[in-house]
Amino acid sequence: MLVVAVLVVSITASFILVGRIAHAFPFSPMEDVLFMSSPEFVKRASLGYSGLLADIYWMRVVQYFGRQHQRDSTEYKALAPLLDITTTLDPNLVVAYEWGSTFLDQPPPSGAGDDAAAIALIRKGIRNNPDEWHLYFTLGFIQYLGQHDYLGAAKTFEEGSRVPGARPWLKLMAAKMLTEAGSLETARYMWQNIYNESTDKGLKRNAELHLASLVVDQEIPQLESVVSEFAGRTGHHPSSWRELIASGLLHSIPHDPTGAVYVLRNDGHVVVADWKKLPFIQKGKPE
Amino acid sequence: MTSRIRAIAFNTFREAVRDRVLYNLVFFALLLVAMSPLLGEISIGVQRVLLINLSLSAISIFGIVISIFVGISLVSKEIERRTLYPVLSRPVGRGEFIFGKYCGLAGTLLVNTAAMTTGFYLALLLMTRSFSRADANILIAIYFLFLQFVVIIGLALFFSSFSSPLLSALFALSMFVAGTFAGDLRAFAAMGHGPERWLARAASYVVPNLASLNVITRVSHDQLIPASLVGYNTLYTALYAAATISGAVLIFSRRDLK
Repeated sequence: MLVVAVLVVSITASFILVGRIAHAFPFSPMEDVLFMSSPEFVKRASLGYSGLLADIYWMRVVQYFGRQHQRDSTEYKALAPLLDITTTLDPNLVVAYEWGSTFLDQPPPSGAGDDAAAIALIRKGIRNNPDEWHLYFTLGFIQYLGQHDYLGAAKTFEEGSRVPGARPWLKLMAAKMLTEAGSLETARYMWQNIYNESTDKGLKRNAELHLASLVVDQEIPQLESVVSEFAGRTGHHPSSWRELIASGLLHSIPHDPTGAVYVLRNDGHVVVADWKKLPFIQKGKPE
Repeated sequence: MTSRIRAIAFNTFREAVRDRVLYNLVFFALLLVAMSPLLGEISIGVQRVLLINLSLSAISIFGIVISIFVGISLVSKEIERRTLYPVLSRPVGRGEFIFGKYCGLAGTLLVNTAAMTTGFYLALLLMTRSFSRADANILIAIYFLFLQFVVIIGLALFFSSFSSPLLSALFALSMFVAGTFAGDLRAFAAMGHGPERWLARAASYVVPNLASLNVITRVSHDQLIPASLVGYNTLYTALYAAATISGAVLIFSRRDLK
């Protein structure tokens, strides 16, 4: 009985002590530390369990990105090397190329904003998995949105469309890049395709956020033009949406895709209520 | 002769199954398999890949640990407990004894691997709700893992036939590690000159070619394993195991057991 009591008390006390130590001496974050920076060395050191190690590194990538993203950090120093190690350990881990390049490409604080690293990663993915049309699509997408290299994007989409099993709309995308690349309609078409094609919940959610942001980018100039028209007629900016509705220029109070009412500012500009819910908007961000 | 080997093998199997360490390892491996769906939740898009990689790696690691640590004690335990002498005083040859022991441990590993495989497939069913044709491909990777165990047991038995258990464990473990670098040794030999070239080439053939017996990552991506590789690996394992057991029998036959 005494032994059991000692066992229970010592275990409980040790748990409490661990908590106290952690509180008194906070653990310094190690996520920027790579431990081993050579992907080839890590692969050799895995003793044949490179697949499992790749999954562990991929988890580290996701955790690292999530933590930096949560802190609204603009620095993602360890992201590209971690992804390089992950994809060297398992060159067929397509999800790491797809997601990894998205993490690298998206502008801060939603991502590292490193187009070059994103393109290098996705090209490595294509070299290792030439039959994955998704990778051509992702590369073309980064060339289109990140670099505005419409000709390069058209070429990539064209190459991707020739991969067995590729969706027919890749050809259409190649054509769109050459004719109407800069339009919102093209961007919406591309994100809609990502949304339709993705089976991964996270990728779908990301596409959904981009589509919602595109709606905002389209609606804000329309609303601001209505506000300008009101100012032109009356000589002052409207103080509320109700004033605009009363003037007959607007039918109802406008809501953004999250369901929140657009904010009408005194200077006539229109912004969203919470831009963090629409991280990819180009217009309507409060300054 | 067959009945004597069978009797030794059966006794070895029974003894190994009674060994509590063995149960603990199997339990731990099954626990890892059960954990993998949870690990998948904190990652993105790799739940199935992670389950396969983690489960098969667990099967491999625990199988290799069992192969080495039980394998090295097969002979030494019998000498230590003095149970070897009544066995050899009967019409049982030393070669039959070694081969029987080998078969007993291989049988134990087969049963363990089968138990862990069942646990893995249950976890997979729990995650995916149904099996696909590609899931059958994973059985080939598990079969290759069993071939790895067969090779390692042979090595453990070979080293334990002339060395202490501690050194045998160290040698067998070193051979396992070196075996994963067999391809690199061959590449190193191709780059070298003179004696180093021949030394590296010889070493690459002496160490077990374990790299070709590990296709875990490939099956996790549903890549088909060619039937020819199954044939080559089976034949290679049979030859390597035959060589190590023959070596163990030769040394053990000349050993002074007084």
